[in-house]
Amino acid sequence: MANTFVKIQTVTVGSATPTASFTSIPQTYTDLVLVFSSRTSRASDSDGMFITFNSVTTGYTQRDVLGSGTAAVSGNSATRYIGETPGNNATASVFGNAQVYIPNYTSANNKSYSVDAVAEDNDSSAYVSLVAGLWSNTAAITSISISPQTGPNLNQYTTATLYGIKSS
Amino acid sequence: MPKTYEPIQSQTVGTATPSVTFTSIPQTYTDLICVVSAKAASTAFDLYLQFNGDTGNNYSWTALSGTGTSAVSTRNSNGPAIQLDNYGSVRTTDFNTNISHIMNYSNTTTYKTVLARANAASSGVDLNVGLWRNTTAITSVTLYINSFAVGSTFTLYGIKAA
Repeated sequence: MANTFVKIQTVTVGSATPTASFTSIPQTYTDLVLVFSSRTSRASDSDGMFITFNSVTTGYTQRDVLGSGTAAVSGNSATRYIGETPGNNATASVFGNAQVYIPNYTSANNKSYSVDAVAEDNDSSAYVSLVAGLWSNTAAITSISISPQTGPNLNQYTTATLYGIKSS
Repeated sequence: MPKTYEPIQSQTVGTATPSVTFTSIPQTYTDLICVVSAKAASTAFDLYLQFNGDTGNNYSWTALSGTGTSAVSTRNSNGPAIQLDNYGSVRTTDFNTNISHIMNYSNTTTYKTVLARANAASSGVDLNVGLWRNTTAITSVTLYINSFAVGSTFTLYGIKAA
């Protein structure tokens, strides 16, 4: 049977840390799916999350639509932004969830990615985020890291799992 | 091991073409996932989906979109296809991502629903829901624009509930 949705690696944050990273990503899959559950140390109800490919922090653009429960807004930026997650002032024990789908990650084309993220804490600051991202870089993706937009840290118990999907 | 995201068919555009079709889809899964990484060969165009070769006005869709400056929603009823994007359409500059989830595709008692995520960082992000008003099991899926560029990829996966 073809290797489908195969777990490559799981990272669990044991103590607050600025990033969670996956390195030496096998180049044998077609697409990658990153699923993570996160909370940051930002002294606020929410924080943005960033993604970084191959330790390169340039060449990113994104366009998003966010629902806060009271308004729907849309933005765009030349950043690594991939949606909202709970900050340290969110309801205790609440972690946000997100899925990042990266097709054709080994190709020699620029890398498009799709992000769905949620952060619900039964309070006034919660978000559902849809993000369209583009990394204008033709290199194959060999490493991925996630980090807070503000942070500075990902809190303990943040987890992230990287899966590989094969098209044949 | 459970059958999750099991590849059914995959196609890569070798010569610019207006459509790609998956045929003879096995009826052994619960849901289908269609992952598209596509670029338009000439001008930007919306991505459309039809089932079982049905070109009649049996489709409807609703979109929630982010343009980069505003959140908008739009819909269409009694149309010839499900539009899988709105602002996140297939562009000429990069291979953008569209992921469609076709639920209970082999069911013969319900109309068929599609949930699609469209992504174009240069123009927009969409969440679309589509409906095909037909209780027939889905045996083929056609995706079309004006012309898909060489290198565009399309993969159909099956997901089994048990």
